[in-house]
Amino acid sequence: MADDKEREGTELVVAEYHRKIKEAFEVFDHEANNTVDVREIGTIIRSLGCCPSEGELHDLIAEVEEEEPTGYIRYEKFLPVMTEVLLERRYRPIPEDTLLRAFEVLDPSKRGFLTREELIKYMTEEGEPFSQEEMEEMLSAAVDPESNSIHYKDYIAMMVVDES
Amino acid sequence: MSTHDLEDMGCGTSSSTKDRKSEKALKAALVIQNWYRGYSARLKARQRYALTIFQSIEYADEQGQLQLSNFFSFMLENYTQIHEKDPELVARLFGGTLQDAKDRQDYVSFVDVPDSYNGPRLQFPLTFTDIDLLVEAFKKQQILHAHYVLEVLFETKRVLKQMPNFTQVKTSPTKEITICGDLHGKLDDLFLIFYKNGLPSGSNSYIFNGDFVDRGKHSMEILMILFVSFLVYPNDLHLNRGNHEDFMMNLRYGFTKEILHKYKMHGKKILQILEDVYTWLPIGTIIDNEILVIHGGISESTDLNLLHRIERHKMKSVLMPPISVDEDHDADLRKTKTGANVVPREVKTNESPSEQLPKHEWEQVIDILWSDPRGKRGCYPNTSRGGGCYFGPDITSKILNKFQLKMLIRSHECKPEGYEICHDGKVVTVFSASNYYEEGSNRGAYIKLCCDMTPRFFQYQVTRATCSRPLYQRVNTMESSAIRILKERMLSRKTDLIRAFQLQDRSKSGKLSMGQWAFSMENTLGLNLPWRSLSPHLVTTDKNGNINYMSTFQDIHIQKPVKEAQSTLIETLYRYRSDLQIIFNVIDSDHSGLISMEEFRAMWKLFNSHYSIHIEDFQIDELAERMDLNKDGSIDFNEFLKAFYVVHKLEKLNKSDGQSP
Repeated sequence: MADDKEREGTELVVAEYHRKIKEAFEVFDHEANNTVDVREIGTIIRSLGCCPSEGELHDLIAEVEEEEPTGYIRYEKFLPVMTEVLLERRYRPIPEDTLLRAFEVLDPSKRGFLTREELIKYMTEEGEPFSQEEMEEMLSAAVDPESNSIHYKDYIAMMVVDES
Repeated sequence: MSTHDLEDMGCGTSSSTKDRKSEKALKAALVIQNWYRGYSARLKARQRYALTIFQSIEYADEQGQLQLSNFFSFMLENYTQIHEKDPELVARLFGGTLQDAKDRQDYVSFVDVPDSYNGPRLQFPLTFTDIDLLVEAFKKQQILHAHYVLEVLFETKRVLKQMPNFTQVKTSPTKEITICGDLHGKLDDLFLIFYKNGLPSGSNSYIFNGDFVDRGKHSMEILMILFVSFLVYPNDLHLNRGNHEDFMMNLRYGFTKEILHKYKMHGKKILQILEDVYTWLPIGTIIDNEILVIHGGISESTDLNLLHRIERHKMKSVLMPPISVDEDHDADLRKTKTGANVVPREVKTNESPSEQLPKHEWEQVIDILWSDPRGKRGCYPNTSRGGGCYFGPDITSKILNKFQLKMLIRSHECKPEGYEICHDGKVVTVFSASNYYEEGSNRGAYIKLCCDMTPRFFQYQVTRATCSRPLYQRVNTMESSAIRILKERMLSRKTDLIRAFQLQDRSKSGKLSMGQWAFSMENTLGLNLPWRSLSPHLVTTDKNGNINYMSTFQDIHIQKPVKEAQSTLIETLYRYRSDLQIIFNVIDSDHSGLISMEEFRAMWKLFNSHYSIHIEDFQIDELAERMDLNKDGSIDFNEFLKAFYVVHKLEKLNKSDGQSP
């Protein structure tokens, strides 16, 4: 009995996940033919609350692509993979305090800010480097124009409020 | 990652410490990058959602607009009742809006330009100096005097009359052509295009692919610049008609209002001539015999040979479908593209049958002006807009092959990047009004073409500030705007929505599951939107994830113009206010802003029965009376409709930037 109820509960959850995934997918399906441009898959996955790294995203794309990549991802292939991701709660987002500590690592002398040049250096040379466009986008919101630096605590607080 | 091991070791670090430090930095960078990419993606998704809201409401509105044509047909069927009372009314509505000879002398010579006028003075025959003059004057916010507007309109009509339905254009290695899409009254975009690409001239050809007017605030200025440029360079500046080059569309979408506001004395005259000028705009342009440039799209029955031959000026408006005047009295039941049944009858109006296009020709033009390409194969009615059709890649191939063409360039749809290529590269959409829905909603674009070379695309976006705002602020603006109009739409269907919610809420708990709520919203509003993703903006949820459905209406209500008036009455009038606006404007042929109480009642009766609205006549009478509109037996309908405006209680304040745009 408990098993049945559990199964029914999971079925409901899966059904709701399916609808959520469908909604997100459809918004990017410009031609209304159940495909999206592969370059928008990352946006779709992240809009569903997951935070894969670039490497993890690359692997996910490989899973949903056609045998012979066409540049388009079909919904039929995307749905089961994405459902698994949501059910397994993979690629959980970064908590606020982890993000803060990451900034503090890059600011060992604890000034409370990073200079423009420092941020650019770290973001474009380390880890999974930003493209120029990504860098400019981040700077436009993060840099305090008077001091030309990034007060990361304020920046994080602002971003968190914006998302809530 | 704990902060304990991240302390600065000072100088004299060993190589392993150095490695550890750089490893920490690497990890930190990864965290920040990961977080940022997630955040940025969610911003872009929100932007897309906002765009989807704008678009679906825009198309739903257009559909409502086109349903009006059914209403007019219905009115015609029942005209005998109004005919007795007011034969003028019918004549006014169905043709005969123009009197006989629109003598140029009659119009222009009676409009004097006073010495005190500081605006641009055009000199006929026009030369390139006049183009410059206009551009400079409009940059300084000057308004062109009605005298010149009328002169330009008359002259434009005279020259357009000589043009064929499709302009044939040739390019050469030294002569490219630039194609621009919808401008919709956005003068800054036109200025930006001219800045980047140069003014039109004998060596700088342009095609403007329709929808120059409506929505934006400078439709008149755009029209004047385009018409003057056309008169100076008739072989190098090409204009195609769009679905908004239609006097009835202008009634609803703002151009009529703009004209009457800017030209208080002579606006009526201008409107009358403009109606005519629109009908003489060519249907399309053909480049090098292989590229077809039209505003909307095609259908499976598109016949270019036929379209070359039709008398295009008989296509007055999308809202005036031709009535067949057969001797044959058998009810010739025909379904319009929107699926409504229309029974044409023999009609005696001022308009003779030779002044209308035959039905199949009229439909061909509608298809050209209203259709949209889609990925799905085949051709089926464009249910979003209510006119024209959706055409698939197979239709494109079929029609292009049939007429030995290689590509179709069209506009009509707003695209985030300003342009979009589909149907295997055979169909290109170009849209030139950036920030169309809201600041930050989309870029504008234009295409440069030459001979056998691949088309080149140029994008731009007008910004109000000298430095553009960060992405998250622009998205916030767009999102707030979109949510706001969505809420207004929800409010206009409040009664129906509540009924739908209650149907599903058997236990009367006031709560529904996400799925139930989304289903009710989509079904009642008829808008295909990502309801689950939008729900945080629209309703409150309890800790179990269930929706408190009445919270849908908590921070928005319609200001009641009269306390005692029933909610359903208010809601209905609010929902139909755009339609009523159009109908009133049509009745008010002298554009005085007033119609008589009888006209109002007659119109309301018909509207009531056609749309099956359950409002008693006496309720409307009472309302009109209470609002004290019955001065001299006439109604200022603008005031009447303005009274139904919406109040948003909780305006989401834009943080950081302090003010809402």
